[in-house]
Amino acid sequence: MFKRNLIAAAVALAFSAPALAQDAELAKIRDEIRQMKEGYERRIDALEKRLAEAEAKAGKADQVEKSGAASAEIAAAAASSRPASENSFNPAVSMVLQGTYASTSQDPNRYRINGFVPSGGEVGPPKRSFGLGETELAIAANIDPYFRGVAIAALAPEGGAEVEEAYFQTLALPSGFTVKGGRFLSSIGYLNEQHQHTWDFQDTPLAYKAFLGGQLRQDGLQAKWIAPTDLLIEVGAEVSSGDQFPGSDRNKNGIGGSSVFAHVGGDAGASTEWRTGISYLRTSPQNRAYASDVDALGAPVVNSFTGRSRLWVADGVLKWAPNGNSTSTNFKLQGEYFRRMEDGQLTYDDTSGSNLFGGPVMGAFDSRQSGWYLQGVYQFMPRWRAGYRYDRLNFGTVNNGIVQGGLGPTAADFSLLSPYSPTRDTLMLDWNPTEFSRLRFQLASDKSRQGATDNQFFVQYIYSLGAHGAHKF
Amino acid sequence: MIKSLKLLLAMVAGLSMQPAAAALNVLACEPEWGALATELAGDKANVYVATNALQDPHRIEARPSLIARARNADLVVCTGAELEVGWLPLLQTQSGNARIQAGQPGYFEAASYVNKLEVPKTVDRAQGDIHPGGNPHIHLNPHNVEKVAKALAGRMAQLDAKEAAFYQSRAKAFLDRWQQATARWEKEGAPLKGMKVVVHHKNFSYLNDWLGLQEVGQLEPKPGLPPTTASLGDLLARLARDPAKAILRAAYNDPQASEWLSSRAKIPAVLLPFTVGGSDKAKDLFSLYDDTLARLLAVQR
Repeated sequence: MFKRNLIAAAVALAFSAPALAQDAELAKIRDEIRQMKEGYERRIDALEKRLAEAEAKAGKADQVEKSGAASAEIAAAAASSRPASENSFNPAVSMVLQGTYASTSQDPNRYRINGFVPSGGEVGPPKRSFGLGETELAIAANIDPYFRGVAIAALAPEGGAEVEEAYFQTLALPSGFTVKGGRFLSSIGYLNEQHQHTWDFQDTPLAYKAFLGGQLRQDGLQAKWIAPTDLLIEVGAEVSSGDQFPGSDRNKNGIGGSSVFAHVGGDAGASTEWRTGISYLRTSPQNRAYASDVDALGAPVVNSFTGRSRLWVADGVLKWAPNGNSTSTNFKLQGEYFRRMEDGQLTYDDTSGSNLFGGPVMGAFDSRQSGWYLQGVYQFMPRWRAGYRYDRLNFGTVNNGIVQGGLGPTAADFSLLSPYSPTRDTLMLDWNPTEFSRLRFQLASDKSRQGATDNQFFVQYIYSLGAHGAHKF
Repeated sequence: MIKSLKLLLAMVAGLSMQPAAAALNVLACEPEWGALATELAGDKANVYVATNALQDPHRIEARPSLIARARNADLVVCTGAELEVGWLPLLQTQSGNARIQAGQPGYFEAASYVNKLEVPKTVDRAQGDIHPGGNPHIHLNPHNVEKVAKALAGRMAQLDAKEAAFYQSRAKAFLDRWQQATARWEKEGAPLKGMKVVVHHKNFSYLNDWLGLQEVGQLEPKPGLPPTTASLGDLLARLARDPAKAILRAAYNDPQASEWLSSRAKIPAVLLPFTVGGSDKAKDLFSLYDDTLARLLAVQR
């Protein structure tokens, strides 16, 4: 505006002097000036307008450029569906929630398997009334092209966490070899390698309770080889510290426990799948003590065994589904036979109780005991399964040198080792809305305790959260 | 212990002496990929198919025979997109076979070569058995098969380099026939466009997308959950207002639900082979499509 007035003033000044001469001329000049002024104003207006337009365009152009960049970013984000961040390497995380409602006719805190050395594992029935089971937290991922890592922690209902499994496994060894190391479930038998939440019953068979303390979990190494055949032939060996039952913590260098196993499996037509195997476990327990026994007077006794423990396991599983389609109906038959041989020395120590013999008494001890179970689970319609299991342990022969040699304590002082062959019948019904949830009802008549049948009723839930891994056969 | 180790080593030595097979050992997760591998490799490959058309590919167990086959496989051909998430990872970790691990040339995922439909925006198991990568049942659109065939032939040529020319020439011959057949199917299938259908499970989405069928409902209340009386009742009421032409199910789906609905809604229940072997006529990929179209056209008229 200031510029325009200045121009107008200059023009006026330039023409003002001659304009005084004549009015007509003056008017003419004024008119011209006005015209010129209007002309300039028009041109200046036009220029201003063009400037404004240019400025606006420039602004828009800027905006367009900015939004262009933004849409390019969006496109880039869309192209790679997963943003590249540290998070994308997160391992598969899953959690299993478990709990029970239990009603038992015998006190679960006084659970024992008569005729068999206590295994020290958590083998008793769940606590009465409502109870939380172990909450499992599992994390697994490939570490690199050569190794895979798996860690499973069990959060105990009473607090605290236990390392259930934590192992590495090779992925890139040639010729069908796999090596596993760390803490892992042993591959002996069939059920041993299955996690608790995949079991078909709330609890494990009596043979597992008596011979493996529930489940054999060991710190060590495993090498496995699969034959290049169409029939599955899998053989492997494990070495471990052997500090889990039937072994014991030895505080010694070297190998405390070792096992070998072989499994063979295949298809029998489109509908039937099977696997069978044989395993051998050897441990050398040192002062493997159990303090839960009482002598003839009812006073506490600590018995401990040192020697050699050998266990044979024969297992077999057969699964059937019409045309191999297990969605609607399927059937699973499973059984295992255990035979344990122990040779060594038993120490009878009643010094903290009756103290009748002036100190611990030692004698030779050997036992040949066995046990088996057979179970069938039938899915009779989608979501519903029913199952029955029969358990039996055979007392076999137990040669207790302390009793037989007349070293003092008599058979009555070994109340847990009095001849008895426990049995159990178990019925199960479960409802599985999806493969991630299960609600189970279980009835059992458990004759683990001599002369005291435990009638059990359990309701159990199992829920899997998160990236739940595939289940083993 | 030493004895057992010796025995083990002797067994290893004995079995390793078996003559090395000249052909490519292919383990196909589903029959359609087994059929495709056979088309592309002919007698240069031993193809073993892990599942049959009567089995639900979601619900397969890592059974012993599959671990044995995975042990010897040079190439595992699977759908991917998490279809086999319940069993394939176990075959990979249990078989002791480095060649078929994820990321290796011996592991082929068909679904990664096609554009997937129904990619969920949110992933939550409350929505049922959904696949975060999108619908994995990709093989019922012939254009997808074409893309997978090209990629698979390339992979076979990479793994068995001496025979690369053989795989490529077979792939070319297959693709020529396949493209001609696709054109024919598209012509024959034209009348199906807009036909309303109900499906048992969302496993026909690619077929529907290709032929322009309009999916108006599913028997499963949520993906992977068995149909319930309540969900079927709702569907029946909806069909009374807006009828469909057919109720489609795959050979492996339980027929009960679609027959229940069919008898009440007076809509034909149609069994589609879904994959090779799903019907007597579906003997290979070509006859799978021929039979599928014939069965659909039979109810469209």
